[in-house]
Amino acid sequence: MATTKNVISSLTKEKRVELLEKMLVIRNFEEASIKSYQQKKIAGFLHTYIGQEAVGVGTLSHKLPQDTVVTTYRCHGLYLALGGSAKEGMAELYGRVTGCARGKGGSMHFFSKEHNFLGGHGIVGGQFGVGIGAAFKSNYDEDNAVSFIFFGDGATVQGTLHETLNLAALWDLPAIFICEDNQYGMGTACTRAIANTDIASKAEAYGIKGYTLNGMDLHEVHDRMGEIVKEVRATRRPVLIHMKTYRYFGHSVSDAGQYRTKDEVDSWKAKDPIQVISRELIDSKGLSEEEFKNLQKKIKAQIQEAVDFADESPEPPAEELTQHVYMDMDEAGNA
Amino acid sequence: MAVMEMKEAINQALKEEMIRDEKVFILGEEVAEYNGAYKVTKGLLDHFGPKRVIDTPISETGFTGLAVGAAMMGLRPVVEFMSFNFSFVAFDQIISNAAKMYYMSGGLFNVPMVMRGPNGAGPRVSSQHSHNVESLYSHFPGLRVMSPSNPADAKGMLKSAIRCNDPVIFLENELAYSLKGEVPDGEYLIPIGKGDVKREGTDVTIIAWSRMMSLAKAAAEELAKEGINAELLDPRTLKPLDMPLIAASVKKTNRVVVVEEGHYFCGLGSQVAESIYRDLFDYLDAPIQRIAQSENPMPYAANLEAATLPSVEKIVKAAKLAAYRA
Repeated sequence: MATTKNVISSLTKEKRVELLEKMLVIRNFEEASIKSYQQKKIAGFLHTYIGQEAVGVGTLSHKLPQDTVVTTYRCHGLYLALGGSAKEGMAELYGRVTGCARGKGGSMHFFSKEHNFLGGHGIVGGQFGVGIGAAFKSNYDEDNAVSFIFFGDGATVQGTLHETLNLAALWDLPAIFICEDNQYGMGTACTRAIANTDIASKAEAYGIKGYTLNGMDLHEVHDRMGEIVKEVRATRRPVLIHMKTYRYFGHSVSDAGQYRTKDEVDSWKAKDPIQVISRELIDSKGLSEEEFKNLQKKIKAQIQEAVDFADESPEPPAEELTQHVYMDMDEAGNA
Repeated sequence: MAVMEMKEAINQALKEEMIRDEKVFILGEEVAEYNGAYKVTKGLLDHFGPKRVIDTPISETGFTGLAVGAAMMGLRPVVEFMSFNFSFVAFDQIISNAAKMYYMSGGLFNVPMVMRGPNGAGPRVSSQHSHNVESLYSHFPGLRVMSPSNPADAKGMLKSAIRCNDPVIFLENELAYSLKGEVPDGEYLIPIGKGDVKREGTDVTIIAWSRMMSLAKAAAEELAKEGINAELLDPRTLKPLDMPLIAASVKKTNRVVVVEEGHYFCGLGSQVAESIYRDLFDYLDAPIQRIAQSENPMPYAANLEAATLPSVEKIVKAAKLAAYRA
């Protein structure tokens, strides 16, 4: 198993500001979504990405246009990290036709064709096949893409992970399996669900490389993933990444998270990537306090605009109910 | 017209479509080097090579999921299930992913893939290898379900299935792979959703698909000897059903028997019957008769296996009941 080392960040000041901005967009989007949920503007499930921003933003900064991304129902963060429209994302949460899935997918099923974002998926472990299928297509068409497959710690004990790791290793598929280990599968701690919590060590079983990274450290995620993505793109060998991270809120908005202590939550919040990076930038004079405040203000306004857009958008018209069940129609217009 | 077996006709369809479109590839257990567990894919590896004819490990969830992702990205996979009994292992991939993707992505990602293989009872293979899956897969919006009864239909239907932009469940039958029939020369397609009247009749409509049509044909000959002129209707596509064709036949005969190999309760025949009652109640002169497998797992013993499956005798008896000639 490959080991991790402390890295001297390769991030330039400009890049750091860019990634900070992305993390702030996610954080603000999710905070706004919780607020809208409390106002009953959003219903169903709502799984926020707050706390895990460095994983998605640091990793996907290495995505090329031909690459693909697939993830779980905790999908808003990656969609935004890819550059997905906050307006269309919020409209999706509001169940409006202007949403990124026309209001039919909801919180768990964000998609973006433009960014090859193959969805948020609601069944734990259900997305692995989609991810290796995209990697298979890349080899088939020789387009030099890689496939980013995100999943939670809970999915590491689903059979689908092991079937797809086997296929990816067997067939040299350029798949990057990224476990966002936020320590709990819903309310069950990893230690109560996973016999071997050293996730990266599972790579050995398939003859591929495994890496453990600190998912709270944007520098480490960015730099190490840069090397790893480059390697996968060149070798076409899959890898398994264990990102240690944390969600500050419950599994979903209906979860008060009473299975965790305040001390535990606070100890992770002390490593908050947004705090760390913004402090670093200010201390190194890469960003003045004023500039940081302006950045925060700008993003807040941008998210408010998204909320207003969602609120003012129409619901899907009645005929949408039966549209997109089938793509092909016969001459009589029947699917 | 050439006479060929069902499995050869399916093989021709695969080959022609793979020649026509290089995005089409086939994957499944033993499809390549072994030439297919039932030889349906015979010779395809030699012709197209291992890039497009792919042996998979015994990993149905894995390779079915892979096909969904590949299809979302523009390839056109044909998944062979060695038997549709094994599709249950991949059920979540078929239902939650293949069937729902186009809808839940708001039309952004369609899934042009075919899942094909033998459905229904094999010879003496007992409880876990004898399922009929048409009612299961027809239940979920997003899937199309097709099941041919003869070689010519199999070829034209499979070619349409491969060209379809939606996921298609294509149900073959192990006991019918050696069924011979004439297959037209050259290119032809049988549209999805179009049924076919296999025998014109006036007294009773027998609706049957896949291997059950062979039984229905034998039953029609028996019935003819007793002066009952049965019409045989093969829907071919089970979802969506060809209701205009069914309506025309029911309006003519006013009496219906629905034959299926699957179990009685929630069998596809119950939907066919309901659709007829809903749309054509006033044209019926008798209650619809249903023939289906009895409510027990498939037994191994020869006598019990025969007892649970539909038979020519059962169809004859049901047709007489429907025609008030019992």
